[in-house]
Amino acid sequence: MAQVSVRDLDISFGAVKVLQKLNVTAEDGEFLVLLGPSGCGKSTLLNAIAGLLDINGGQIFIGGKNVTWEEPKDRGIGMVFQSYALYPQMTVEKNLSFALRVAGFKRDEIATRVARAAEILQIGPLLQRKPANLSGGQRQRVAIGRALVRDVDVFLFDEPLSNLDAKLRGELRVEIKRLHHRLRNTMIYVTHDQVEAMTLANRIAIMRDGVIQQLDTPHNIYHRPVNLFVAGFIGSPGMNFISGEIAGGAHPVFTAPGLSVPLAGYQFDGSPPSGKVAAVLGIRPEHVSIRDAAAALPFSTDSEIDIVEPMGSDTVAWAKLADQSFTIRCDSEIALEAGQKLRLGFDPARGSLFNAETGNRL
Amino acid sequence: MSTLAMDIGIRAADEPWGGRPKRLTAGRVGLYAFLIISAIFFLIPLYVMVITSLKAMPEILSSNVLALPEKPTVQPWIDAWLHACTGRDCTGLHPGFFNSVKITVPAVIVSIFISSLTGYALSFWHYRGAGFFFGLLVFGAFVPYQVVIYPIILGLRTVHLFSTLPGIIAVHTIFGMPVLVLLFRNFYAGLPIELFKAARVDGAGFWQTFFRIMLPMSVPITVVALILQVTGIWNDFLFGVIYAGRANWPMTVQLLNIVHTTQGIPQYDVNMAATIEAAAVPLIIYFVSGRWFVRGIAAGAVKG
Repeated sequence: MAQVSVRDLDISFGAVKVLQKLNVTAEDGEFLVLLGPSGCGKSTLLNAIAGLLDINGGQIFIGGKNVTWEEPKDRGIGMVFQSYALYPQMTVEKNLSFALRVAGFKRDEIATRVARAAEILQIGPLLQRKPANLSGGQRQRVAIGRALVRDVDVFLFDEPLSNLDAKLRGELRVEIKRLHHRLRNTMIYVTHDQVEAMTLANRIAIMRDGVIQQLDTPHNIYHRPVNLFVAGFIGSPGMNFISGEIAGGAHPVFTAPGLSVPLAGYQFDGSPPSGKVAAVLGIRPEHVSIRDAAAALPFSTDSEIDIVEPMGSDTVAWAKLADQSFTIRCDSEIALEAGQKLRLGFDPARGSLFNAETGNRL
Repeated sequence: MSTLAMDIGIRAADEPWGGRPKRLTAGRVGLYAFLIISAIFFLIPLYVMVITSLKAMPEILSSNVLALPEKPTVQPWIDAWLHACTGRDCTGLHPGFFNSVKITVPAVIVSIFISSLTGYALSFWHYRGAGFFFGLLVFGAFVPYQVVIYPIILGLRTVHLFSTLPGIIAVHTIFGMPVLVLLFRNFYAGLPIELFKAARVDGAGFWQTFFRIMLPMSVPITVVALILQVTGIWNDFLFGVIYAGRANWPMTVQLLNIVHTTQGIPQYDVNMAATIEAAAVPLIIYFVSGRWFVRGIAAGAVKG
């Protein structure tokens, strides 16, 4: 049992309140990702859980035990840092065994544990090398191994892949996921990379200015964002936003200048608004269809393509809808050109509606 | 015409192609001439010292000061070491040499140890008042020695360390601290803070983090501190003559007594030899570790 539970956490640096009354729980064996732009307090939260930061208020429970005043080593956590933080003067083997040597473990117990970690992470041949003679990916593997040998219940990752190049990042991402499948430990992972968050997490907590905006599965975060910030933060290219208003009633309709979208299939959070409400309609670029496919959808219209960006795997086209910029993601086999007139269509049921004033999902 | 030449791949002879040619210009020649003359200018005193120390007195008085010795002799070096007179004692420099060793070695070790520990604590353990304490230490670097000489005499007398070896060692340690702590603090501040966090997660406390993680990483900056302290303490005259006591007078004090003799003709040969002998230790340290010194100074910019 290694549930991590943060209750009413307050952290401030001087007069700046970084976290206020923050509550979050990672279930036993869960992979929880803390995602947000820099300065949102995600690393602060992780450091507080690790015990590397003094907190001003609240409690932290790990495995049902109140560890609020415990030293990091007594919390049953292992931590992996962005800069690897390997001890440069020690060999890989000494790096791995350092915590065990400090804790006064027996020599054969240390050897067993180091061998097991080396086997899991496939760093056996590197054991006698110094960190300076390792590549970035190997270093990060050793850093993970350092947490592994301590046999902890909870792994904390602080942007572990941000220093690696794109290819290695992809490889190590899969390895971390594999590790989680094998070990079934609770893992809390901080990143600003949405791809890492979406691919690794059981649940994602999206943070902004020290407040968790949404804590949900990657699927729900992507398809049912609770507010404009989450909707805009997740997804690349970003979600299309069209400002307009909703005319409520039995058959609600979204209108913008020169645009009228029937909302028949849309599932409102609660009851649909009565009367007119200023709103923002959000549609993901890949949910936009073109040409014949568009005509069959509840909403379609003609538009002119502004710019075409071929990405290789798909093509992103920029158009205008209700005089607002609108992107479309489609198959790269379809020949698109700037200046082309095109029929676009989407199903509002797959979109998201937000209150223009509060930014919250309707 | 030229476009045609380019089209068919013909190059004009003077067209820039490949690496830029290296030409010897008048400016370069002038620059090197200046550098060589400057080097000679600064080396002449050393040259005069060395050749004078290898001449016997009659030759010094009769020959040109720049002339090479006609009958080279090492007798002045032996005299300076064993027989030169400081006041009434004619024991040469060697007692002073051993006194200097007895002062320098412990003072260097103690001051570097205390300063690295202080720098480590200041960089990583943010205790209350750390900033104020550091400010106070750095301020110490600007206090003129003359102001504190007498208060320190009183202080040392109170704890019965005035005119003793531990007394002079303590004085050197204290006066070395401002600069050394600054050096070590800045070095540790340049290390990634995550290294310290990793050590804490691994369960290492204050001392274990210092001895097992931080100290082994401090080799470059320790070499810098070593050179600063060895040369500083070895060359010190003021503190030695005031606080060490007659029995512990360092080499520099003895050297002055030998050179400043008021009777007879000055023994130029012995004086020169004695001076070189006194200056030898810092010089050797420089030559042996100069490479490390530069590396250590630059180490602040390098990440582990």
